[in-house]
Amino acid sequence: MGANHGPDPHDHHHGTAPRIGIGGPVGSGKTALTAALCRALGEQLSLAVVTNDIYTTEDADFLRRAGVLDPARIEAVQTGCCPHTAIRDDITANLDAVERLEHKFPALDLVIIESGGDNLTAVFSRGLVDKQIFVVDVAGGDKVPRKGGPGVTTADLLVINKIDLAPFVGADMDVMISDAHRMRGELPVIAQSLVETPEAPEVAKWVLAQL
Amino acid sequence: MLTALILADSRFPGGGHVHSGGLEEAAARGLVTDEPSLKSFLHGRLLTAGLLAAGFAAAAARGEDLELLDLELDARTPSPAQREASRAQGRGMLRAARRAWPSPRLSSLPASPHQPLVIGVLVGDPYEAALTCAYLAVSGPASAAVRLLGLDPFGVNAIVAALPVEEVAARAGKELPALGSPALDLLAEAHVRREGVRLFGS
Repeated sequence: MGANHGPDPHDHHHGTAPRIGIGGPVGSGKTALTAALCRALGEQLSLAVVTNDIYTTEDADFLRRAGVLDPARIEAVQTGCCPHTAIRDDITANLDAVERLEHKFPALDLVIIESGGDNLTAVFSRGLVDKQIFVVDVAGGDKVPRKGGPGVTTADLLVINKIDLAPFVGADMDVMISDAHRMRGELPVIAQSLVETPEAPEVAKWVLAQL
Repeated sequence: MLTALILADSRFPGGGHVHSGGLEEAAARGLVTDEPSLKSFLHGRLLTAGLLAAGFAAAAARGEDLELLDLELDARTPSPAQREASRAQGRGMLRAARRAWPSPRLSSLPASPHQPLVIGVLVGDPYEAALTCAYLAVSGPASAAVRLLGLDPFGVNAIVAALPVEEVAARAGKELPALGSPALDLLAEAHVRREGVRLFGS
């Protein structure tokens, strides 16, 4: 296996490519956002993706089927029933996967690490990613931003997904967005619908600005 | 001794939490379903794979040739999936160790070493290294059983505490063992080929 030529141990979280984590609760649209970013950025950047599905390789398979990225650029890791542990407390399996991708594709511009669906307290370790996006969705209830938690309050970008569903689930978008800004201070918030904008243009622009 | 405690701690960030040592496959096949069957599984694992790993940890701690030990352990691990699981955990432990305990001896390890060798080098004392290794051979699968089967954590902890881990560690120090555990080999190979739900790396 290719992961024994890791980066300088003193430079623990930087291989060659910048890493962006995408986290958030189950069903909030992390994989759909990952696919959208692959579509939006895959032509101009050398991209790779690590998925951390809780149960199976479902997310990796979804990305492969969606045809948004060369399947060789997608790695799935098992998380031992603990998706938050694998992105926060013990990031070894994810680092191994990143190093395998960096070995296969030495000139990567960006690695996206998608966490398994978890709860509002799950955030990525700074040892694993440089920046992180936390994804919540309208259908999860408009009180979610107000509940806070490290994902909502500290992620570098908060994405509120599926805004097209707001009228159907009785979610008040104004409340959701103002709560989000109140909880996050200066940190950015993007509300989007991948049905209306399948390439997530605002998030893609934010991602490019981080590189 | 502190190094041994840190390595054996389930909070040590060496990637161990994603490995079940065959427990996930055994549970999926209905071979481990409750505390008695878990006890039997762990006992068997300790006295075969656990003793083998502990013997190599002790040998590495005694200062034996690490390249040779690595090959010898490969020769005693017929399942490629088990070899990779051991090397993945060795790599993870080594990555963490380079930050925590930098030492020239770490550089004499193979690039992607078997985990018992890393434990031996880090712990230094043959008995303590064997004890750490033998304990990890059962604590990982025991934790996986709690997570996968919802077993009572106090019951599982009591099972682990009653296992003859010290006895195995004492035996491990004498010579390089050459034990087989064909059931674990088969479980590991079946696990790596499993379609659908697979929560653990091994």
